[in-house]
Amino acid sequence: MTITVLYFASLREFAGRPREDMDAEGIRCALDVWRRAQEGRPLPPGTLIAVNQEYAAADHPVREGDEVAFFPPVTGG
Amino acid sequence: MAVHLLAEALEPWETLIRHQQSLAAGCFGATAVFVGTMRDFNEGDDIQAMTLEHYPGMTERQLETIGQEARRQWPLEDVLIAHRVGRIHPGDPIVLVAAWSAHRQAAFEACRFIMEALKSRAPFWKQERLQSGQQRWVSGNTPGM
Repeated sequence: MTITVLYFASLREFAGRPREDMDAEGIRCALDVWRRAQEGRPLPPGTLIAVNQEYAAADHPVREGDEVAFFPPVTGG
Repeated sequence: MAVHLLAEALEPWETLIRHQQSLAAGCFGATAVFVGTMRDFNEGDDIQAMTLEHYPGMTERQLETIGQEARRQWPLEDVLIAHRVGRIHPGDPIVLVAAWSAHRQAAFEACRFIMEALKSRAPFWKQERLQSGQQRWVSGNTPGM
């Protein structure tokens, strides 16, 4: 089982891809997902995180099968 | 309560009339409506077009949650939220929020609450295309209160 990682808007451009699948082995929280996917590049300031489509903090636990998304501040309406 | 995400043109007034006709006549005494429309200027630049990106699934859930929060906070007969996604041009409607209640206070306040919550929490992102052809992400919202 894997973790699905999604990037939106300017974070998609920063990451260079819209999504990826990641092995859940050794992943404890959302920030671990970012660190592994982005090879240690720091999370850009203001980045928002969602775990399973709900807003979450960087230390929110992540398990196999979860969907973790990274995106910039929202600008709808 | 109804939530619509539209990849095609949003016709706010037709959508509003259609929805209001589905409500029982006489159950509400107040309808408060907000319609947001795309400008042809932003931060001193002329804007040619805009693309609205969203997070399929989460965006709908956030809008539903915001609508439910409003219904818990005020005595509302109904709530309608409609939002565009995809490519839009100046003059195109972007968002429609409507709240129906027995009396005006609840409708006014709920409409305002939903709109402000949508701006700060619903995962949408605007990318502008300037007249010069340059593209840029809109980095934040203008204050609403």
